[in-house]
Amino acid sequence: MRTQTSGLAIETAGLAKTFGETRAVDGVDLAVPAGTVYGVLGPNGAGKTTTVKMLATLLRPDGGEAHVFGHDVVREADEVRARVSLTGQYASVDEDLTGTENLVLLGRLLGHGKKAARERGAQLLEAFGLTDAAAKQVKHYSGGMRRRIDIAASILNTPDLLFLDEPTTGLDPRSRNQVWDIVRAVVAQGTTVLLTTQYLDEADQLASRIAVIDKGRVIAEGTKGELKASVGAGSVHLRLRDADQRPEAERVLRELLVAEVQLEPDPVALTARLGAAASDTAAGQAARALGELARTGITVDNFSLGQPSLDEVFLALTGHDAGQDTGHDTKDEVTA
Amino acid sequence: MSTATSTESKELAPVRTESLAALLIARERPPRPSSLSTSLTFGWRAILKIKHVPEQLFDVTAFPIMNLLMFTYLFGGALAGSPSDYIQFVLPGILVMSVVMITMYTGVSVNIDIEKGVFDRFRSLPIWRPSAMVGYLLGDALRYTIASAVMLVVGLVLGYRPDGGFTGVVVGIGLLLVFSFAFSWIWTMFGLMLRTEKSVMSVSMMVIFPLTFLSNVFVDPRTMPGWLQAFVNNSPITHLASAVRGLMAGEWPADEIGWTLGWAALFLVVFGPVTMRLYNRK
Repeated sequence: MRTQTSGLAIETAGLAKTFGETRAVDGVDLAVPAGTVYGVLGPNGAGKTTTVKMLATLLRPDGGEAHVFGHDVVREADEVRARVSLTGQYASVDEDLTGTENLVLLGRLLGHGKKAARERGAQLLEAFGLTDAAAKQVKHYSGGMRRRIDIAASILNTPDLLFLDEPTTGLDPRSRNQVWDIVRAVVAQGTTVLLTTQYLDEADQLASRIAVIDKGRVIAEGTKGELKASVGAGSVHLRLRDADQRPEAERVLRELLVAEVQLEPDPVALTARLGAAASDTAAGQAARALGELARTGITVDNFSLGQPSLDEVFLALTGHDAGQDTGHDTKDEVTA
Repeated sequence: MSTATSTESKELAPVRTESLAALLIARERPPRPSSLSTSLTFGWRAILKIKHVPEQLFDVTAFPIMNLLMFTYLFGGALAGSPSDYIQFVLPGILVMSVVMITMYTGVSVNIDIEKGVFDRFRSLPIWRPSAMVGYLLGDALRYTIASAVMLVVGLVLGYRPDGGFTGVVVGIGLLLVFSFAFSWIWTMFGLMLRTEKSVMSVSMMVIFPLTFLSNVFVDPRTMPGWLQAFVNNSPITHLASAVRGLMAGEWPADEIGWTLGWAALFLVVFGPVTMRLYNRK
């Protein structure tokens, strides 16, 4: 039952869901290519979870259509369920049962015999580094362990499509990295992953295409590169020797680059956002700026060229930030 | 559920991506399991929960014993001359009352469970939809069996002597379990419909108290006012109590058994689909 790597894993048109007066999902169009990690990025309450629940057949859409591998999520719900698996925002395993019991339970429900369910469970626990905790009730697991058993339960039968709804919310950076490794391993074997997240760096790390949603609507969609390019070529960060020279530097940059210049909280620092000028690259613009500053007699201590981050994309698209504390560009470690 | 006992992630073994990759390569899937198999698997889950939280057996052991002792000695002298005479009449009735009362905990556990993420997983599985609910009720059938056995043993100690012998008692309990299974769909419905555990509990009480007390469990309805007799004589609990009482006394009360099974079928046909509708829409 291997799905062809071409084609779409998910296709929705005008998908909508209303709760009372709130239009939680307000006409979402998605096209998720099979075999990739697709990021759905948005702040809390943007409609991410509701969208995932509709795609996983847990909620019935009020409007629009959604197909998963060509199957309608309402009319052919069982066909969809046979191909997808879901790791929800909160532990989707039974906290009163042990790790082993949870996996055997699901293995049996998926049609494995007792012995096969036991074996597969033991192998998964081993691969996820949970063998020592196998006989412990899940309620005694740490956050990182819960996530692991949760994802293990989701890939008991290798799904064609895996929904990960905010898989790293509340995890420490180390556990988050481990979840990322798991996601990469899963997608490397041909499973399509739909990842929702409010962490921009998570989408940046994992997803090949990203839909940004806000207030139930897709407000931007594309590859990471496309999304970043849509907000400009990047930015130049400068640190000056002397805080007194900052107003002069700001004037120079504004005139030379026709760029928006932002004064940082640090009195010697400033950032110029470069426009997507076709005439010159970001590096070229930066070089001209440095030359001009030197001629004006302004001493630049430190300089860096930043790619636009998804934070900026988000800010530019929604007019508000994603509700987290990464106020700055993620500089050069971000690769488009 | 304190997190203080959580194992720290520091001691956690690393994820082995190579073995993970090897596991993921296997893409063949077993055939879809039968509805019986998935229901029994959910029943197994209920039994595992009893194993991990044995305190939940309190309401199927202490509560029925308390009922039996309390009503036998409270009413026995006044209603039948002596507690030992009364117990011959009242034990099957109290058995019915206690087990039917215990069924309402099903709604509470459904309500608690549904709030947890695990239900989303169950609901996204390609299996026969009612199996999760049927599994609850199968696990509960075990609890009712325990309650019945406990009460019978205590009853025998107090002097209860069923003329129906072993067979009569077993058939009587069997009928009680069938009725309880069907009746419980009312609670699964409430469990899914109401928002909090507390509201499930209070609505259940409102249903269960009048229903069990306004029956022939304690006394012959002939002394009741006419309007009350009309209710009591047609109550499913009265039919069930008469049937179980008859069976345990070595009779074959065909009419009462028929009425009981009829009510059971009605509960199942009405509340089963309502429950499943709520389950699918939740």
